[in-house]
Amino acid sequence: MDLAILWFGIVGFFFIGYFVLDGFDFGVGMALPFLGKDDTDKRVMINTIGPVWDLNETWLIVAGASLFAAFPYWYATLFDGFYLALLLILLALIARGVSFEYRRLGRSKQWKTWFDWMIVVGSAVPALLWGVAFANIIQGVAIDASGTYTGTLFDLLNPYGILGGLTTLMLFFTHGVQFLALKTDGDLRVRARALAVRSGLITILVAAAFLVWTVLQHLDIAHLPVLVGLAAAAAVALIGSWVANRAGAEKAAFGLMAATIALAVASILAALYPNVMPSTTDPAFSLTIENASSSDYTLQVMTWVAVVMMPLVLAYQGITYWVFRRRITRESIPVAAH
Amino acid sequence: MVEWLDPLILARWQFGLTTLYHFLFVPLTIGMVILVAMFQTAWVRTGKLKYLHLTRLFGKIFLINFAMGVVTGIVQEFQFGMNWSDYSRFVGDVFGAPLAMEGLLAFFLEASMIGLWIFGWDKLPQKLHLAVIWLLAVSTTLSAYFILAANAFMQNPVGFEINEELGRAELTDIGAVLTNPVALAQFPHTIFASIMFAAVVVVAVAAYHLSKGQYLDEMRTALRFGLIVNIVAFIGVALTGDQLSLIMVQTQPMKMAAAEALYQTTAGASFSIFTWGTPDGSSELFSIRIPYMLSFLSTHDFGGTVEGINDLQAQYQTEFGPGDYTPIIWITYWSFRWMIGLGALAALVSVVGLWLTRGGRTPTRPWVWKLAIWSAALPLVASLVGWIFTEMGRQPWIVFGLMRTEDGVSPGVSGLEVLISLIAFTLIYGALAVVEFKLIVRAAVEGPNEWAKYDAEHDGDGTADVDPTKLATVY
Repeated sequence: MDLAILWFGIVGFFFIGYFVLDGFDFGVGMALPFLGKDDTDKRVMINTIGPVWDLNETWLIVAGASLFAAFPYWYATLFDGFYLALLLILLALIARGVSFEYRRLGRSKQWKTWFDWMIVVGSAVPALLWGVAFANIIQGVAIDASGTYTGTLFDLLNPYGILGGLTTLMLFFTHGVQFLALKTDGDLRVRARALAVRSGLITILVAAAFLVWTVLQHLDIAHLPVLVGLAAAAAVALIGSWVANRAGAEKAAFGLMAATIALAVASILAALYPNVMPSTTDPAFSLTIENASSSDYTLQVMTWVAVVMMPLVLAYQGITYWVFRRRITRESIPVAAH
Repeated sequence: MVEWLDPLILARWQFGLTTLYHFLFVPLTIGMVILVAMFQTAWVRTGKLKYLHLTRLFGKIFLINFAMGVVTGIVQEFQFGMNWSDYSRFVGDVFGAPLAMEGLLAFFLEASMIGLWIFGWDKLPQKLHLAVIWLLAVSTTLSAYFILAANAFMQNPVGFEINEELGRAELTDIGAVLTNPVALAQFPHTIFASIMFAAVVVVAVAAYHLSKGQYLDEMRTALRFGLIVNIVAFIGVALTGDQLSLIMVQTQPMKMAAAEALYQTTAGASFSIFTWGTPDGSSELFSIRIPYMLSFLSTHDFGGTVEGINDLQAQYQTEFGPGDYTPIIWITYWSFRWMIGLGALAALVSVVGLWLTRGGRTPTRPWVWKLAIWSAALPLVASLVGWIFTEMGRQPWIVFGLMRTEDGVSPGVSGLEVLISLIAFTLIYGALAVVEFKLIVRAAVEGPNEWAKYDAEHDGDGTADVDPTKLATVY
């Protein structure tokens, strides 16, 4: 098997892991103003992701580094081209990351409000912009013969790009709210479930529009059935997640939403294949799996590392989630301590 | 184009700023996790509460710092593609591999363990929780190794060949990249320097509380421990720095010549501690010199020959074509001196501190404590200027001998875009630095005061059983 194609899959797997995992972190962050009635509520919410958000964000670092190692030309064109969008994502991730830790170290109400908003904005901006970025990658952007993106940030904000952004925003929001229903108890849990019913409806509408548009854009690709199949599976999982949530099956609802995000990213990869960044300037300038990848030796080395490490990585991440499997309640938040 | 909108200059400033800023947090993370692991080990083995107090206090300082290290680290990885995309295209085949390995072998483990350590006090058995912090220390150290291997490729490229058709460097030997002699010397040098900084932070916190006459038992232990660790780590820094010099002379002779501003190739070259006038030797008014020292540093032979800048410049022009192959001399000259001087001064302060506190003595003069507190900055500044030396001494190369810095910058990014991001990073980094510093100082000043929360019945010998649920951490 061609190692470059394998690495297209592995990089895709890392991005799936990132969106599924950090996706609910973003959702929890965005839900703070909707579900956090008082400071204790907010602390319960933040503590559901407290032990794992850093681990989840690490999937992005690994995805980015794998992109660099396996597809240096893709990495270079994407990061140079989507400069300002990535800058905004970076600033948001910085604000969000420090806020979890810093929020608890201040005592005044003003201090906490300030960091609450850094968490909300720091979660919403990446949730939106990752969708914008990926929608533009599949739609194709203006890439010249040297592999350089010649457009601007505003070219990325086209209707399809924005729809992609709203799709990830809504998917992650509902994903996070369902996670809260799964990880909290009492009043907060009930309210989270109710909110997920409402936000789930909007999510279904936006995501359906995005998936249909994506399929329509790619009617001429050779492996259309694969794309349609993945998109349809994502749609089924999304509706199933909504039904399960309504029925109060929290685990099933969360699991199906994770599957939805995974299948949606997989359908994006299917729509791309065998390109990695199609050029709208001239198809001959498109970056493909073949012309953007590293040498065979590098891919062999990286394959060994991935094959040996991934089972271990998945095992200890699983253990981490298992250790923190219990629901967080208002009672687990000490009143006096800060 | 206006010159201040030159993307190359702005991108270099941004790299310098964000990298040095990132490195404000890295040494404390690397060093402190090891010291906290030692405190926690002492607690688990002896059951003495003072060690638990120290673990919790310095663990808190470690965590405030850790968050900043993580978020500023992502910027580093993205920046290669954002500002240096032609560099990324040229070296990605080689340079990407250690970065991806860092993620798969070190970062995942580090991120899992940090969560388990912070929130696992009441959920894991005591010994398992202790194993978690040691695994955290291992993964943090491992990540330093991979990133230094990547950096070493820029200083001394090995294990590759140039693919002329694609115009890029391609990996041919991953073993050579990971055992690059520069990386093997740079790695322990960096780790020891990081331990020095963590040790003097422990000393500074202890000195503050001792000067106030509080937490005497814990802080006396912490003080002596920090002083000894700092001195031992300095010996490690000095020995590995010596090795690094020898390797540097072989791999980047121009860097060593620039470190001394040695223009003429000289046998038995002296090392100047201080020069008044221009350091390029053209108008030297006064200098203090150690005879033969530069030759010894460079070759371990007092009569050894050290190549001068002029000869090297001529040699490089023959090899690489016309151009200026000399780094900015005053930067390399002074950063090299400040690095060594400040590091040595930090160790000297610790030696004095050990003397003043020998045999249970407690200094009473306030200046002693003030010195101990303020000298905490010394190893950090030494590390920062050390990196300035390492990276500025590499210029004009982005990869020594293969690619010039000016050829690595992103072709699709405008000066305005880089300027916007430079301003954005400067503002948010500046604001966060203020918050971070205040939070660390506050945690340090509060000291181990949370003991009241979990302190159990004392048995008179300083040991006690602690209810783990009282140790639970929540955000």
